[in-house]
Amino acid sequence: MVQFDLAARPLRELNAALHALPLNTNETHWEIINPDGKHAIAAGLDAPVTVEIKGNAGYYCAGMNQVATVVVHGNAGVGVAENMMSGRVHIRGDVSQSAGATGNGGLLIVEGNASGRCGISMKGIDIVVKGSIGPMSAFMAQAGNLVVLGDAGEALGDSIYEARLFVRGTVKSLGADCEEKTLGADERAILAGLLAEAESDASVDEFRLYGSARKLYHFHLDNADAY
Amino acid sequence: MSTTPHRTLPKYSATFDRHTISEIQRAAATGIYDIRGGGAKRKLPHFDDLLFLGASISRYPLEGYRERCGTDVTLGTRFAKKPITLKIPVTIAGMSFGALSGPAKEALGRGASLVGTSTTTGDGGMTPEERGHSTILVYQYLPSRYGMNPDDLRKADAIEVVIGQGAKPGGGGMLLGQKISPRVAKMRTLPEGIDQRSASRHPDWTGPDDLEIKIEELREITDWEKPIYVKIGASRPYYDTALAVKSGADVVVLDGMQGGTAATQDVFIEHVGLPILSSIRPAVQALQDLGMHRKVQLIVSGGIRNGADVAKALALGADAVSIGTAALIALGDNDPRFEAEYNALGSTAGAYDDWQDGRDPAGITTQDPELASRLDPVLAGRRLANYLGVLTLECQTIARACGKSHVHNLEPEDLVALTIEAAAMAGVPLAGTNWIPGKSGF
Repeated sequence: MVQFDLAARPLRELNAALHALPLNTNETHWEIINPDGKHAIAAGLDAPVTVEIKGNAGYYCAGMNQVATVVVHGNAGVGVAENMMSGRVHIRGDVSQSAGATGNGGLLIVEGNASGRCGISMKGIDIVVKGSIGPMSAFMAQAGNLVVLGDAGEALGDSIYEARLFVRGTVKSLGADCEEKTLGADERAILAGLLAEAESDASVDEFRLYGSARKLYHFHLDNADAY
Repeated sequence: MSTTPHRTLPKYSATFDRHTISEIQRAAATGIYDIRGGGAKRKLPHFDDLLFLGASISRYPLEGYRERCGTDVTLGTRFAKKPITLKIPVTIAGMSFGALSGPAKEALGRGASLVGTSTTTGDGGMTPEERGHSTILVYQYLPSRYGMNPDDLRKADAIEVVIGQGAKPGGGGMLLGQKISPRVAKMRTLPEGIDQRSASRHPDWTGPDDLEIKIEELREITDWEKPIYVKIGASRPYYDTALAVKSGADVVVLDGMQGGTAATQDVFIEHVGLPILSSIRPAVQALQDLGMHRKVQLIVSGGIRNGADVAKALALGADAVSIGTAALIALGDNDPRFEAEYNALGSTAGAYDDWQDGRDPAGITTQDPELASRLDPVLAGRRLANYLGVLTLECQTIARACGKSHVHNLEPEDLVALTIEAAAMAGVPLAGTNWIPGKSGF
């Protein structure tokens, strides 16, 4: 295991070292100590390594992640795993706004709560939040799955496209063009798979599914009061 | 004896002119606002309202066709490990694959590369053809993040964080369904044929403090190699430029309201934002106040048409200019040979601006395969290169006449204004006076 002390060496050095790893590297396990909320820790990784961050991370931790596994043993700031392409990002604590924003793939797991705009403009990422999520989550969500074991805040899925939103608890309100959907066999299988990956024992039967009503897919004057 | 009453000619109202009346009639008939492409079409204070003084007894000119007048510009010298150097101070503005056809994007890359300058992606991501045909490619980082991925980010020569554009500061976009081909839909991860909204705000940051962190992230992901531009629509140019610098930009791109868009409401284009003439000096002032003029480069755009416009923008303090609408015209947009087809669309060559509806006879603002095939990217690229060459030669001609061995040596002192408004906006004297409104006594 490689240990990197962010109190002693600069972030730029860490990220450069991680980016330089070849795909067949044998330095596959990294431990980052003293992160102290620094921003962009482990951003832009593209090698099959595991990076464990021992403490709290700042903004954009694991941003644009590809292939790698990043575990934060603490909380993470704004935009954790933003635009993630693949791999796995696991946050042991809570996360701030815009978690998984615009993510294209991979799995983001949040053990605690996520603030507002969780999954905003998500494009294929899977997100599992074991706590609750804040307002305007999944705004303009295009593709992928958002699983919430707790509650969802106001305007869930506003202007949503084709993403699926699974919520176990209450939904304070739905956003424009978001509606409850039937939880069919395909969706149940997707949900069960994500719960298993996130090591949750929640029952699929406890969830409701929300998605696009597809009424705003074409701009029309009759929908003006919805905009 | 019969008497014929004397009648005056019908009198049109200056307030309710013919176009205004037709717009009211159109709105009443359809119930929807007018959407179009392009930039502001109204008469605005512009570079035409400025003149160069040229050399005189107190200024010594350079010999045309003989003495060298440099045109190169290096962008990204502040933080980037790999700044980019352009041979000419004219770049191609961001325009998306989706808004434009594949051959049009290829032609832009070919034309820019022939003369040693850059082209820019747009909303929707980078296509392999575009990367392949663009020697220097700037990758736009937009609120929608359509097609955004770290591989393309690393393939880019520079990154442009787009906050706004001159045609619609504060507005997002809407690519109408008829332009959402299977390929465009796939690149944007959206269903085919639906109207695609491009967000007006970035999804994971708000305000300049966040922007600074976002830029830091982009630098970390690309190992601090790429110049990072911040593009703003001209609305509060002094403060926005200062905040972009504060946020860590290498380059500020400032787009005036004459700058084009693929599709926006006409009322937005014509009534929001500032003309570029009024925006350059405040932006330059912000850079000077921060001690960053020429250290953070300034690219300006919005209504650049000829080498005189380029020279005037540089004289006011810009490091380079960017063109969009003019580049499309050089490719073949609004070509009179398509007049019958423009007429069939209810327009005419020279006024066609329905870039949003995908039926462009010139094959540029379309995703229709038959229409797109009309544009030969090699020939169109050559036309663009010719045009860029003319812009550069014209700019050099003026610079030499002002005694400058490099176009960047042009300065406000080389200029006067023809109108009080232009004098105030550009911060140069009204012609024949020493008066700069707001700065010096008459």
